[in-house]
Amino acid sequence: MSRKLIKKRKPNRSVAGDIALYFFLLLVAFVMAFPIIYAVSSALKPLDELFKFPPKIFAQHPTLDNFSDLFVTMGKSWVTFTRYLFNTVFITFVGTAGHLIIASMGAFVLAKYDFPGNKGFFRIVTVAMMFTGMVTQIPNYLILNKLGWIDTYWAIIIPAFASPMGLFLMKQFMEGLPTSLIEAAKIDGANEWKVFSGIVMPNVKPAWMTLIIFSVQGLWNNRASTYIYSEEKKTLVYALQQIQSGGIARTGQGAAVLVVVMIVPIIIFVFSESQILETMASSGLKD
Amino acid sequence: MKEYLQKYFILRKHNMNVAWKKAKNRKMCYLFLAPYAILFTMFYVFPVVASIYYSFTYYNILEPPRFIGLQNYISLFLQDDIFLIGVKNTLMIAIITGPLGYILSFLFAWLINELPRWIRSIAVIVFYAPSIAGNCYVIFSVFFRGDAYGYVNAFLMSVGLIDAPKLWFIDPKYMLPICMLVILWMSLGTGFLSFVAGLQGVDRAQFEAGYMDGIKNRWQELWYITLPNMKPMLMFGAVMTITSSFGVCDVTMALCGYPSTDYAARTIVTHLFDYGFSRFEMGYACAIATILFLMMILCNKAIQSLLRRVGT
Repeated sequence: MSRKLIKKRKPNRSVAGDIALYFFLLLVAFVMAFPIIYAVSSALKPLDELFKFPPKIFAQHPTLDNFSDLFVTMGKSWVTFTRYLFNTVFITFVGTAGHLIIASMGAFVLAKYDFPGNKGFFRIVTVAMMFTGMVTQIPNYLILNKLGWIDTYWAIIIPAFASPMGLFLMKQFMEGLPTSLIEAAKIDGANEWKVFSGIVMPNVKPAWMTLIIFSVQGLWNNRASTYIYSEEKKTLVYALQQIQSGGIARTGQGAAVLVVVMIVPIIIFVFSESQILETMASSGLKD
Repeated sequence: MKEYLQKYFILRKHNMNVAWKKAKNRKMCYLFLAPYAILFTMFYVFPVVASIYYSFTYYNILEPPRFIGLQNYISLFLQDDIFLIGVKNTLMIAIITGPLGYILSFLFAWLINELPRWIRSIAVIVFYAPSIAGNCYVIFSVFFRGDAYGYVNAFLMSVGLIDAPKLWFIDPKYMLPICMLVILWMSLGTGFLSFVAGLQGVDRAQFEAGYMDGIKNRWQELWYITLPNMKPMLMFGAVMTITSSFGVCDVTMALCGYPSTDYAARTIVTHLFDYGFSRFEMGYACAIATILFLMMILCNKAIQSLLRRVGT
C-alpha cells in the first residue's frame, strides 16, 4: 500500500500542504469566476429583479428578455444589428486571415533560414512587444489619414496584419520543427513556397489556433472609435457599448451586452485550449 | 594606427561581400519576409520614429509641424501638473499590479501544474477568462456602487466597519486601490498561459534527480529546478506584464470616468488620449508617447537583467 502511494505521489510533498493548497485554489477560483458568473446571472434577471434590494446573486426567474430587448433596440436603429455584426465579423475574419498568412511567411524564413538581417529583424520585433499600441497611436492615425484609410475597415485590418506577437509565437514554434523535414522535401524538388504551404503550415496547426485566438481577441474587442466614425461602419462592440451607456432603463440590456461581448473570445479559448498551450510551450524569450 | 585602420576596413569590406553574396543566395527569404516587414515597419517602427520627431514640434494637424525644440518636454514636466499626476498614478499601478500580477500568474500556473489533467484545463479557463472577457470589468461598478445598495457598502455597513456608504469611484481616496484590484483580477493573461505551458515542459528526470540529491520540499524544488528551467518563459511573461501594466487606461476610464474627479485616476495613456484625440495637440501628445515608450523599454531592460540571475 505505502509503496503504491510512493509511486503515485512525489516523495517530497506533505499531505497537509496539498490539502491546504487545493482548498486555497478553490477559493481563488471562486473569486476569479464570481464577477463573470454575476454578469451572466444579471443578464438573465428580469427587470424587477435587477433593482431588488437586497439583491440576489442568482436570478430567481431566469429569462432571456434582456437579450430579446437588446435585439429590439438594435432593430430600431437605422443601422441594423446585422450590419454591425457584419462589420465586426468582416474585420475580425479578414484581419485574422491576413495576419496568419503574412506572419507565418515571415516566421518561416526567420526560423528556418540563415540570412543577413535575420537576427536583427527578430530582435526589433521582440522590442516591439515591449510597448503598447498606445505609444504609436497618434503617428498611426496620421499615417492612416495620409493613406486615406480613416473611416474604412482597412484602418483596423491592415495594422492588425503586422502584430508582433503573432510573428513571435509562430517563429518560436516553427523552430521546434525538425529541419530534416524541410530538407527531405527540398531533395524531392519542392521549392520554398511548396515547402511552406505543403510541409510547414500543416505541421504547425497548434500555432495557427494561437495566432487566431490572439488576433480575434484583439479585433473582436476593438472599438476603433478613433478610426471609424460613420455609424454604418462601427463595430458591434462599439454599438453595444453605446446601448450600455443608455442609463438606468438600459440596465438589463447592458448586462446582456456584457455577455454577448465576452462570450465569443471565451468560447474560442475553451475549444482551442490544448493547442494554445502547446504553442505557448515554445513562447520563451531566449537571449 | 593607419595600418590597423586599413586592415579593419578590408575586413569590413570582406564581411560585407560575404553578407551580400549570402543575401543574393537567399532572395526567397526576403520575398517571404517582405509583406510582414513592410507592414511592420509602417505601423510599428516608423510610428515610433515619427513620434520622437513630432515630440519636438508644435503640430495641430491643420498647420504643418513647427519645430520648437524641447518646449513640449519642458511644459510636461514643469507646467503640466495633471501629467505629473498621470505619471504618479501609472507608476503606482505599474509598481503594485505589475510584480503582484506577475507573481500571481506564476504562482497559480505552478500550483495547478500538479492537478490532474482535466481539472487543470478547467482551472486554466477559470483563471484566464477574466483577461479575455471584453469589458466585463464594468461589473465591478455594481459591486462598488456608491449608495447603500452596493454590495461592498452594504456588507461593510452591516459588519459595522463604516457607518455611511462610501463613494468608491468618485472619492479620489479609493479610486486607485479599487482599480488596482480590478487590474489584478484581469492580470492572469498571456504570461500565465506561457507559464502553464512551460511548466508542463520541464523534464521529469530532473525532478527525480532532485529527490536523490535531497530536495526536501516543493519550495526548494521550485527554486533549484523549476525556475531555472522556466527562464525563457519568465522573460516572456515579464514583457507581457510590463506592457500591460504601463498601458492601463481602459479600466480607469470605464470605472472612474473620463475625466475622473480631481484627475485622481488619470494615467499617462489617458493624458495621451486627451491631448491626441480631444485637443489635437499632436506634438504634445507625441512627447507623452515618447516618455511612455522610454519608460517601458527601460523597465523591460532592467527586469530582464534581473531575471537572468534567477536560480543562481
